[in-house]
Amino acid sequence: MFDICELCEPETLAEAKAIFRANPELKVIAGGTDVLIRMQHGSLAGAGLLSLRNIPHLDEIQLLADGTISVGAMAPFTRIFEHELIRKHVPVLGEASVSMGGPQVRNVATIGGNLCNGAVSADSASTLFALDALLKLETAEGERIIPMRDFYAGPGKVNLLPGELLVAILIPREGYEGMGGHYIKFAPRKAMDIATLGVAVVCKIRENRFVELRIGLGVAAPVPVRCFEAEAYAKGREVTWECVQEIARLALKPAKARSSWRASKEYREHLIEVLAQRAVAEAVKRGGGCCAD
Amino acid sequence: MLTKNAAGVKARKRLCMTVNGRAVEIEIDIRESLLDVLRDRLQFTGVKQGCSVGECGACTVLLDGIPVNSCIYLAAWAHGKTVVTIEGLAQDGKLTPVQEAFVDEGAIQCGFCTPGVVLSTTAMVDSGKAFTHDEVRRELSGHLCRCTGYQKIVDAAERALREAEISADEHPV
Repeated sequence: MFDICELCEPETLAEAKAIFRANPELKVIAGGTDVLIRMQHGSLAGAGLLSLRNIPHLDEIQLLADGTISVGAMAPFTRIFEHELIRKHVPVLGEASVSMGGPQVRNVATIGGNLCNGAVSADSASTLFALDALLKLETAEGERIIPMRDFYAGPGKVNLLPGELLVAILIPREGYEGMGGHYIKFAPRKAMDIATLGVAVVCKIRENRFVELRIGLGVAAPVPVRCFEAEAYAKGREVTWECVQEIARLALKPAKARSSWRASKEYREHLIEVLAQRAVAEAVKRGGGCCAD
Repeated sequence: MLTKNAAGVKARKRLCMTVNGRAVEIEIDIRESLLDVLRDRLQFTGVKQGCSVGECGACTVLLDGIPVNSCIYLAAWAHGKTVVTIEGLAQDGKLTPVQEAFVDEGAIQCGFCTPGVVLSTTAMVDSGKAFTHDEVRRELSGHLCRCTGYQKIVDAAERALREAEISADEHPV
């Protein structure tokens, strides 16, 4: 049995926000594949849970009128991976989604839970960084929309106000349109593992030049990071193997890798450079470019 | 809405679900996992308790046809849903084609992971989709077989999928 002191199961978002405003100490539970495991391990003992599972429409994936793709916070990873809109417009997010956990976990675990957990290894996080995604956050008082990179405050910490819920992830049209993308998850096992390093790349190529390049790294620093120096360097340049190598070298700039039992600092830095090369090369290919030397 | 568990009073909840084709109505404790309720209250002991943290897949059941780890799923969430455990597959002692495939391939050693693997394979077959070899391995990747008999498990799943495809060709709906 889980050490739960109460379970709130609101049927509407308005009700959820009202309960959360009155009881900001509640722990929000979405798919439960992290929260319940932490309870099994003894943390969160005696917590009260605010379950969002009975709220309809919070798991929908939609194309909005302005071209934004909205992914409901309660959308499970399997749904994201299989969804037609994601396959057609943002396949790189599908790639990241299917790399997370195993099938039974992906059937239940939600993208919103993955982000709010604040784990730097979250496969969806580095990808959404690269996609320039926005987060729609709501309290009983109102809503705000913030960029992904303002969300992470530190390891396991995110910028949610008391009583605030993540409702949807918004991927603006400029974030994905005409972009080739690739996500590489590096882990000792091919399944059911946590990333030693995650590299997400999206790029727009015209006449074999980088119109735009965006790189998101997971587990390279205490929070997911963007590689702005590398991106600025690429802009306007012709796609060559030398250029890709330089981009990969510059991708190391925002990294603050550390040694843990999973990998040493040096190994992680090596991975960043090598995997950034591979991910950029593949994203270029998918974006219609060629970097063969 | 608010199921309180204050002052040592256990919070109870009425749970209505369908398990293996039968409507079940039972009063549960909100702290129970679906695994707890299926095994300890309803005696579906074919649902195995392995790691309890969603790593091993021994506790896999089909929830509205989809494989989930029942050890990290609150029983309260199963309200109104349909659950299938390994006990719900064979009818009157007759194995399903998926179960037959596991027997034919000898894909069973100690048997502890088998109920979960058979259910995940059943979900694949029931989806009506085609799966590549890599996709079959991916769909089974949430199951640990500590006897390490993975090759025969994958062979059995592929056999079941192949036979379902042949059967669908011969008897189109």
